[in-house]
Amino acid sequence: MAAHLKKRVYEEFTKVVQQQHEDLSAKKLRLTKPSKSAALHVDLCKATSPADALQYLLQFARKPVEVESVEGVVRILLEHYYKENDASVRLKIASLLGLLSKTAGFSPDCIVDDAINTLQNEKSHQVLAQLLDTLLVIGTKLTENPSVRMRLVEVACKHLTDSSHGVRNKCLQLIGCLGPVEKGAAKEVESQAARDVQKIIGDHFNDQDPRVRTAAIKAMLQLHERGLKLQQAIYSQACKLLADDYEQVRSAAVQLIWVLSQLYPESIVPIPSSNEEIRLVDDAFGKICHMVSDGSWVVRVQAAKLLGSMQQVSSHFLEQTLDKKLMSDLRRKRTAHERAKELYSSGEFSSGRKWGDDAPKEEIDTGAVNLIESGACGAFVHGLEDEMYEVRIAAVEALCMLAQSSPSFAEKCLDFLVDMFNDEIEEVRLQSIHTMRKISNNITLREDQLDTVLAVLEDSSRDIREALHELLCCTNVSTKEGIHLALVELLKNLTKYPTDRESIWKCLKFLGSRHPTLVLPLVPELLSTHPFFDTPEPDMDDPAYIAVLVLIFNAAKSCPTMPALFSDHTFRHYAYLRDSLSHLVPPLRLPGRKLVSSPVSPSIVPHEDPSQQFLHQSLERVYNLQHLDPQGIQELLEFTIRDLQRLGELQSELAGMADFTATYLQCQLLLTKALQEKLWNVAAPLYLKQNALASAAAKQILEETYKMEFMYSGVESRQVVIIHHMRLQAKALQLIVTARTTRGAEPLFGMCEKFLQEVDSFQRCFISELPHMQGSFVDKLLDLMPRLVTSKPSEVVKILQTTLRQSTFLHLPLPQQLHRATANIIEPTGESDNPLRFTSGLVVALDVDATLEHVQDPQGTVKVQVLYPDGQAQIIHPKPADFRNPGPGRHRLITQVYLSHTAWTEPCQIEVQLLLAYNSNRSKASAKMPKSTWSESLETLPQPENGIEGTIPFSKPVKVFIMPKPARR
Amino acid sequence: MPESSFLCLGAGAGQDVGRSCILVSIAGKNVMLDCGMHMGYNDDRRFPDFSYITQNGRLTDFLDCVIISHFHLDHCGALPYFSEMVGYDGPIYMTHPTKAICPILLEDYRKITVDKKGEINFFTSQMIKDCMKKVVAVHLHQTVQVDEELEIKAYYAGHVLGAAMFQIKVGCESVVYTGDYNMTPDRHLGAAWIDKCRPDLLISESTYATTIRDSKRCRERDFLKKVHETVERGGKVLIPVFALGRAQELCILLETFWERMNLKAPIYFSTGLTEKANHYYKLFITWTNQKIRKTFVQRNMFEFKHIKAFDRAFADNPGPMVVFATPGMLHAGQSLQIFKKWAGNEKNMVIMPGYCVQGTVGHKILSGQRKLEMEGRQILEVKMQVEYMSFSAHADAKGIMQLIRQAEPRNVLLVHGEAKKMEFLKQKIEQEFHVSCYMPANGETTTIFTNPSIPVDISLGLLKRETALGLLPDVRKPQLMHGTLILKDNSFRLVSPEQALKELGLTEHQLRFTCRVHIQDPRKEHETVLRVYNHLKGVLKDYSVQHLPDGSITVESILIQATAHSEDQGTKVLLVSWTYQDEELGSYLTSLLKKGLPQSTP
Repeated sequence: MAAHLKKRVYEEFTKVVQQQHEDLSAKKLRLTKPSKSAALHVDLCKATSPADALQYLLQFARKPVEVESVEGVVRILLEHYYKENDASVRLKIASLLGLLSKTAGFSPDCIVDDAINTLQNEKSHQVLAQLLDTLLVIGTKLTENPSVRMRLVEVACKHLTDSSHGVRNKCLQLIGCLGPVEKGAAKEVESQAARDVQKIIGDHFNDQDPRVRTAAIKAMLQLHERGLKLQQAIYSQACKLLADDYEQVRSAAVQLIWVLSQLYPESIVPIPSSNEEIRLVDDAFGKICHMVSDGSWVVRVQAAKLLGSMQQVSSHFLEQTLDKKLMSDLRRKRTAHERAKELYSSGEFSSGRKWGDDAPKEEIDTGAVNLIESGACGAFVHGLEDEMYEVRIAAVEALCMLAQSSPSFAEKCLDFLVDMFNDEIEEVRLQSIHTMRKISNNITLREDQLDTVLAVLEDSSRDIREALHELLCCTNVSTKEGIHLALVELLKNLTKYPTDRESIWKCLKFLGSRHPTLVLPLVPELLSTHPFFDTPEPDMDDPAYIAVLVLIFNAAKSCPTMPALFSDHTFRHYAYLRDSLSHLVPPLRLPGRKLVSSPVSPSIVPHEDPSQQFLHQSLERVYNLQHLDPQGIQELLEFTIRDLQRLGELQSELAGMADFTATYLQCQLLLTKALQEKLWNVAAPLYLKQNALASAAAKQILEETYKMEFMYSGVESRQVVIIHHMRLQAKALQLIVTARTTRGAEPLFGMCEKFLQEVDSFQRCFISELPHMQGSFVDKLLDLMPRLVTSKPSEVVKILQTTLRQSTFLHLPLPQQLHRATANIIEPTGESDNPLRFTSGLVVALDVDATLEHVQDPQGTVKVQVLYPDGQAQIIHPKPADFRNPGPGRHRLITQVYLSHTAWTEPCQIEVQLLLAYNSNRSKASAKMPKSTWSESLETLPQPENGIEGTIPFSKPVKVFIMPKPARR
Repeated sequence: MPESSFLCLGAGAGQDVGRSCILVSIAGKNVMLDCGMHMGYNDDRRFPDFSYITQNGRLTDFLDCVIISHFHLDHCGALPYFSEMVGYDGPIYMTHPTKAICPILLEDYRKITVDKKGEINFFTSQMIKDCMKKVVAVHLHQTVQVDEELEIKAYYAGHVLGAAMFQIKVGCESVVYTGDYNMTPDRHLGAAWIDKCRPDLLISESTYATTIRDSKRCRERDFLKKVHETVERGGKVLIPVFALGRAQELCILLETFWERMNLKAPIYFSTGLTEKANHYYKLFITWTNQKIRKTFVQRNMFEFKHIKAFDRAFADNPGPMVVFATPGMLHAGQSLQIFKKWAGNEKNMVIMPGYCVQGTVGHKILSGQRKLEMEGRQILEVKMQVEYMSFSAHADAKGIMQLIRQAEPRNVLLVHGEAKKMEFLKQKIEQEFHVSCYMPANGETTTIFTNPSIPVDISLGLLKRETALGLLPDVRKPQLMHGTLILKDNSFRLVSPEQALKELGLTEHQLRFTCRVHIQDPRKEHETVLRVYNHLKGVLKDYSVQHLPDGSITVESILIQATAHSEDQGTKVLLVSWTYQDEELGSYLTSLLKKGLPQSTP
């Protein structure tokens, strides 16, 4: 036997060698290795005791096995399996079989029979379970083969009567994963397993072992996931399982009930102990609600989570979840929420509670009080009061989902959500604030609710405050007192936490624009104007005053009567703010007033359309460059660049577009300057200055093109082509300059080669875009390609020079949306004169807080750079958890940077800056697929050439004063 | 059917709040649950009547153990009196925190009664110490074996630090005593929890039998808002509290709020008792709620950052402050002193966090009195705001029902509540859970009949053999099993017949049933036999039916022989013989044969 085996081993060995001939380079190393299976065989034969054999197997399992030798190894293992008496070794072999059949590229067809055969004589339950697990692995690899699947299911059914729970467990799992899903297939195959799998699994819902019951439910869920429509009959069985003694069974049963309620929402089920019938989804909802007060928190979390996704439930059932009838000494009591509402509707505000204020009034019928309701009563009330915060969070999430689909429910759950703002765990508070924001279009806050919401503004956690600002941005307030209250509280917040300035201003901007009519009556009070007397002019630099103005100006935008209430200085302040905080102050039509003195008067401020037009016009103008003399070209470009930059400053919506175009034109300008004709005619060695200028220009163009490619979001492949084209031109320029300055053809040779390779890859990447590039540099270059490849470097350079100068300027089409990635470091502010002192050699943590806009995938790309006075630079990768995402396109980086340095004699400044890392590989990959954005698709085909990695600084550096002191001895 | 009984004796609890003391007799074991005192009395009535338990004879001989659920005096106040003065030397069980805090409270109580009121014939400090030496501390979910049969197990009960519910188990009979418990978590404690232990009896408190409470959050929010507003406008807040329990909850509440809102106003805590107890709160973190347990690695929540010890002189300090002072009803002591000082200023506020007994200052101001007559004919005008904020840590009606649902008891007994309210809850429990519910008065005994299951040891070999015969065992269905029950030395054993015979030294006797069945069949004997054989083979497909060469048929171990009737050759007599083990099959066969053979098919 052994000899026979060895022979097979060697056969296989030679096979491997043969393959190596086909692909020599990749598999060279393996020649020296002996075959895995051979080694294993030898080892196992050597093993004298089961413990030894186990050791060998364990060692063997640590190393991967090549696809080609898997089958051989499996045969050897099986051989030993039959010989082995020790159950633990057989167990290990069985698990190894499973591992081996997982090997990518290996098709376990050939070992199915052997694996099934091993089951026959196995006595040990553990080994049996492991073997079934192996079969499961094999089965999942061979899903396309129905007959194998059928056989495996049959085997599993046979072992379902085993007395060990582990074996039954695995059998059910196997049936769940491999059981026939299509009705037709099941009929064709005449076998035992063709019976209804659902029935087989359903029979085990009553198994004596809770683990098997769980496995049965899970198998059922697995079948559902694989697309089998579960029968409605299971519902009653599953309901019984909800009362199981074991939490994992209940947890799985809740899931099963949920699945069924989604499958048969409209069917009718009877209510036990009465003649009534209700919809299944309502019944299921009631049952799951009941589980929210289960004894195990795992089940509670599960139940609370699932409630959120049951949207077909009837509204009266839904509203019951928030209902909890209070009573005291058998008399009906109103909840605090009801009282608050009543106080509000009766017009008087809380008078401060007296003892007995909440004294119960109506008598209740003792028979009518249901202490444990069968229905959904109070499920969320319980969930939100749960002791585990996991349950509370799940309940809040579920509330959010249900409220989003039902406005009336949203209105009702508001009180409860507001209550959650006072939870003891910050995560829960944050979650409920976010939830409130998500449903805010469905609701209007009452004054007392607003009061509670605003109280949270004093929270010391910045996340909470900012989430709340975000919430206030999109809240509807019902009264003018509400607005006033909000403003007062926000101003209080501003004085307490001055760093929240930007966020508060922004919040007031939206608050104003949402409620112009409510702000109107408040204007005289807010501006403290007086009908007869002039009041002193407020301080323009006061953030609180700016906040008030932001609110008023935004309200005035849609309320034309408001400006009449302004006093003179308000108009002046408007003009100032419109210019300095243009993103917060909208353009206003101010009637009867000529504000000529202001730098940007409202009449001049272009509306969106004209400014866009302006952008396009200036671009049009530039595209006719060819017809101008070089001097004219330069001037025109310079002017246009200046115009665009100014436009970007004024119109924040167009800033990205304007900057992008300006950068492009800048590149063109540099190129034009560098190629000025007369300078190039001078003999090269004589004109050093020109060379320096040209190489500097080339370098800058390269830098700018990287910026264009990676700093803007929304760049499409058409732009990418042009950017790459520009880069190619810059490289050509570099080549020319190098050719002029270096002597000898040796170094040039390599450079030319490289350049041609790049042209080639450009052509491959952007083949579809080439027709649009008539007359461009690359177009001409590709025409000359056959010549270039054969000619000498000096000739290549010459060709390049002429092509470069003759090529036309490419039009840059503008995408729909273009945003420049920006970062703003809020903290450290760089204003502190107190140095951060620490002992040299030790570490000090510097808190960095920055907002990032339009950065895609900040976790991967944003880095923090710290530049020490000695020129030493340190780049820190923030943790992914340090990035928060407060809104679309915006990110917030709150991280700590660890600094350390050797001792200094006096405090000095270090620079902190944010960098955007890029990798040119990604752009090329994405350019191949025009649809995808540049940030995704890292996993596309590997690029032959090395990608260029680099970083772009994209925030203003902030200076921090630090002082490492020498350590005291 | 054997019946065993629980004897539940409300020595003090019954339909009454205060003075909890319950005697349980379970399967011959006597356990006393709690040993409380009544705060309202100053004479003999304050302690339970222990003479009720045994008229003559020592308590130690009668009681197997005493269990204390938590440290409130109405649950443990009479303990030193009971153990030292009446005389009990057996074990006393309580949880670790209760054991730590209980003596502080007892000592305080003793001081007030003896030193302040000057009573004699009361327990001494030494007695408290001696009593505590008898205490055995238990952990949560730890099963403590009191003796070979009696075991107890503690479950978390919320209410106060260290409060526990106890399961008392003798054999397969069990009682769960809840003590006081709380089903909704609060700022420092979690919710009560019990597993599905299905006790025969659940003894539950029912303080709030007829109340369903509103969400705690509203109350907390109101409380915080009021304190915050007062502090913001520069006022002082006085919160009279009882030393332990609620005070800690309010402290945590204010502490976290101060932390969250970055407030700077000082919070003071009147010293003494509470400070000592706070040390224990710091120690027993595992008994607190999720938040405190999770964050204590960074900071122990009971190490208050904002709350400092109070000094008498601080009351006159200008500016806002919050003061917790004892006692809770404003009837004496520090809280009253501070109240007098601050009452005149309308910026200040007093918040009463609990119920006040009639006649106390607290009760007067809560009922709206604005002018108070103090001792010495002084009239004190109350201008400060008066607020009432209830923070109670008992389960409400819903909570009680929830606990019953969790534990699934067979009977429920309600104690520690008012009779009228209990009546309502009793009715509800019977209606919802279909279990019987009792509510004994003080001194009344309730007997509950149980249906105990009797465990029998079975040898593994027999079990395996028997289960192998049938299908898979199913818990829900009883299963038939063959074996011999041996009753020996007060224990039951189920063994295989062979083993039983061996043990008893008996020889085995074979018992065979033989039955004659007459069949009308004119044919020859062997043909008849063949027909019978074919018939049986056709009917009994799952059994092995064999035709032996000697002309007889065997079905499993049953033998069938056919002979011609001596008189009538047309009648054949079938002799069916089986052992008693095969009784079932044998009788089936005879009845089958009696029906006659089917008409022969040619």
